[in-house]
Amino acid sequence: MKRLCSLLLCAVLLVASLPVSASADGGSINVYNWGQYISDGSDGYIDVNKAFTEETGITVNYMTFDSNESMYTKLKTGGSTYDVIIPSDYMIAKLISEGMLEKLDFSNIPNYRYIDKAYRDQAYDPKNEYSVPYTWGTVGVIYNSKYVDEKDIGSWDLLWNPKYSGKILMFDNPRDAFAIGELKLGYSLNTEDRDDLRNASYELIQQKPLVQAYVMDQIFDKMEREEAWIAPYYAGDYLLMAEENPDLKFYFPEEGFNLFIDACCIPKGCQNKEGAEAYINFLCRPEISGENLDYLGYSTPISKAKDFMDPDISASEIAYPTEEMLANGQSFLNLSVEANHEMDALWLQVKTQGGVDAYAVWSMVALVVLLIAYLIFRKIRRKRRIAARCARWKTESRD
Amino acid sequence: MIHTKRLATPYIVWMVLFTVVPLGIVFYYAFTDSITGQFTLENIIRIQSYMPIFIKSIWLALISTLVCLIIGYPVAYYIAQCPPSRQRLLYLLVMLPMCISFLLRTMAWVSLLDDTGIINRLIQAMGMKPLPLIRNNGAVILGMVYNYLPYMILPLYSVILKIDSRLIEAAQDLGCNSPQVFTKVIFPLSMPGVISGFTMVFVPAVSTFYISQKLGSSGTTLIGDVIESQFKAAYNPNLGAALSLILMVLVFICIGITRRVSGTEEVAMP
Amino acid sequence: MRTFQRTFTYLVLLFLYIPMVVLAVASFNAGTDPAVWKGFTLHNYSELFADGVLLPMLLNSVIIAVLSSLIATVLGTAASIGMHDMKPRLRSMYMTVTNIPMTNPDIVTGVSLALLFAFAGTLLKMKSVLGFVTLLIAHITFSLPYIIMSVLPKLSQMDPDLQEAAMDLGCTPRQAFFKVVLHEIMPGVISGALMAFTMSLDDFVISYFVYGPKFVTLPVEIYNYTKKPLQPKIYALFTLLFMVILLVMIVMTMLEARDEKQQTQRRIAFRGGRNRKEVRG
Repeated sequence: MKRLCSLLLCAVLLVASLPVSASADGGSINVYNWGQYISDGSDGYIDVNKAFTEETGITVNYMTFDSNESMYTKLKTGGSTYDVIIPSDYMIAKLISEGMLEKLDFSNIPNYRYIDKAYRDQAYDPKNEYSVPYTWGTVGVIYNSKYVDEKDIGSWDLLWNPKYSGKILMFDNPRDAFAIGELKLGYSLNTEDRDDLRNASYELIQQKPLVQAYVMDQIFDKMEREEAWIAPYYAGDYLLMAEENPDLKFYFPEEGFNLFIDACCIPKGCQNKEGAEAYINFLCRPEISGENLDYLGYSTPISKAKDFMDPDISASEIAYPTEEMLANGQSFLNLSVEANHEMDALWLQVKTQGGVDAYAVWSMVALVVLLIAYLIFRKIRRKRRIAARCARWKTESRD
Repeated sequence: MIHTKRLATPYIVWMVLFTVVPLGIVFYYAFTDSITGQFTLENIIRIQSYMPIFIKSIWLALISTLVCLIIGYPVAYYIAQCPPSRQRLLYLLVMLPMCISFLLRTMAWVSLLDDTGIINRLIQAMGMKPLPLIRNNGAVILGMVYNYLPYMILPLYSVILKIDSRLIEAAQDLGCNSPQVFTKVIFPLSMPGVISGFTMVFVPAVSTFYISQKLGSSGTTLIGDVIESQFKAAYNPNLGAALSLILMVLVFICIGITRRVSGTEEVAMP
Repeated sequence: MRTFQRTFTYLVLLFLYIPMVVLAVASFNAGTDPAVWKGFTLHNYSELFADGVLLPMLLNSVIIAVLSSLIATVLGTAASIGMHDMKPRLRSMYMTVTNIPMTNPDIVTGVSLALLFAFAGTLLKMKSVLGFVTLLIAHITFSLPYIIMSVLPKLSQMDPDLQEAAMDLGCTPRQAFFKVVLHEIMPGVISGALMAFTMSLDDFVISYFVYGPKFVTLPVEIYNYTKKPLQPKIYALFTLLFMVILLVMIVMTMLEARDEKQQTQRRIAFRGGRNRKEVRG
């Protein structure tokens, strides 16, 4: 007993002395980025956060999210603050419209000058006040050429092809998932029309029985292991997957596709704005951007960074499609509050649709009836027993 | 004498602050609108469209709990009958899995059951067709049983251990055969353990959101998944709070019914 | 019947341990997919130690588990003693409150605490409430009922005259409490504390709702990892953890067994002495 106590005590003392030494001199910043979205030192590539800490002395608390929506929820729920976040275009517009972003001090971000003209003055941040582009990219279909017939590819319809039932993956966030439904129906990606949204959700509900799972970064794993054969995903991530499994192929669907820019922002309530700006500036340095995106496979908004990349990547038509191919792409715009709400509700409907078997319902009902019957039966039996006992007692006392 | 009653004051203050008040806040959120923040019944009304999901969650959890009971009872009984040193070892072996992240253990099941997983690779190596082992209700039940089985065995074991062996002998002397001894003496006496095990398995099983995501199909969305998504993906804490509230009430009802049916209020701890 | 039960028990244990074996084997696998063996390697282990994220988070988990179980043990033991002396009606009220986190699904507890902290944050005008303190509070809250549940029965089993006897023999009430009462309920306190420690160490669901960016525990980080492509260093971490826990448990049971043996020997010696006295008398 005493041994256990002293052991615990030792552990506490040990532990109490530790957190003090953890804080570094240059302060720290909380970075909130997409999962699998920075070069982290694996496979001999650069470890961006470590390099930043070594250079500035600022420690990076690096956290990840798996969709714009979950990042938004985390910010909105409150309770935690971040210094740098890297959402996509439409989400940035939404954050700006809700007053959730700080204006950047560009005198602290001199490397902004490297950003190509094409990625400035975007609709989501027309005055270039709140965001600095990190990457850009496209969404297309990844498929496994070992199992998928070349005749079936080319359009989004592949994701609705019953031949591949159970082997199809789908985005686990409403905006990207609805985009596919909308493209299939020929709608604009930014439609706010209730009926359009509803029709898109019907498409998704129809697709649901064929879908193996709604996932985000688990797509990597499932596609590489050939657990699934078809998945819509970001082109940059395809390049990473193809290195692991060369059978994986990619195409841009003919109906069109989504074109996105992800950019660094500073949310309101940040606690180390200078540190955050230093971090953003660091990411914009051409050699950092180049080495970082060399690993990631996403496309850089800094032409100069291509000098620091593997020529295979910078010449890839998937990472850097031609103008002609890009013409088929559409960007997301921020939807109105009502349309967003409608989409969320419809998405929940898609996710919760089906899967309830009639037998479960009936068995539940039967169970409840049986239980009630048993309880009543027991009550009656007890009453009878008591009555019998009373009767016996009466006869005995009479004797 | 020391005024011992005062010793409970910090505890009750703590519990009120961190369990009663938060439930009050859940209640508040459940009845307010997510955009305007005004009183509304809309969240509660919307819930009826999720009733199938509630039913499905409760159904799967009930089956898993029953399976746990059926599997767990003989094991607990066997352990309780062993000599003390063996008992200690077996108890440990049952408890050990509880110390290790259930996320990882569930992931291990995924790699066992996947279409390209270990079992199917073995089956294919033997020249048979792969089986659909994962992404169905069976896999979800398996995951639940696997994760929560120790929570059933441990309370059962501690109750069975305490059963006075003289009672069993007395029953045998009075002419009971083995099944009768079991149904009339052992099982009724172990009821507190059964109830406690039931609670400890059913409650986490009905509200799980990880097992169903990993082992279930796209159609096995359980209520835990929906609540989690409302707080983590779609920003709608009000709907999430309403769902939590209903889930809480349903769980209370289920536990109430079992206690009623079993006729015990007493609950055993492992 | 007995052999059937034995085989059944071992089959169930096999069922419990198969996934662990899979993970342990995967930790030595050169490939990332546990289903395909690509040769033996220790690379995953070296990667685990080179990785600066997972091990500090393990430390975070241990910190939280130790602190929360200690605080909960003190609070809960005190509360049990207080509750033991209460009038039944008041005690049943306290028990109802104790039962709330026990019967509430974890996810509801997590969600309600998250809402509370967010609310408190806006009230106190603090932007980053979530972190170490909130995790600690949450863990203490869900540990407390387990302590109460394992201490209270010990108190009701205790002979109420014991304390008075101690005082008759010259103990102050304080001494009587620490030397007799606490000693009597110690097994309950320890098993409750261990329970709380295990629960806290492995808790994911509640932590998932109340953690902040600056303080993340291991189960939450593992969840984040499961959303990314597989990284076998997680398996290496698992295997190491498993070994440590196994070792601790084996040592503890051995110590326990030794203590018990000593106690029985003492009891036998004691009884022997008494018998002799009786004979002499």
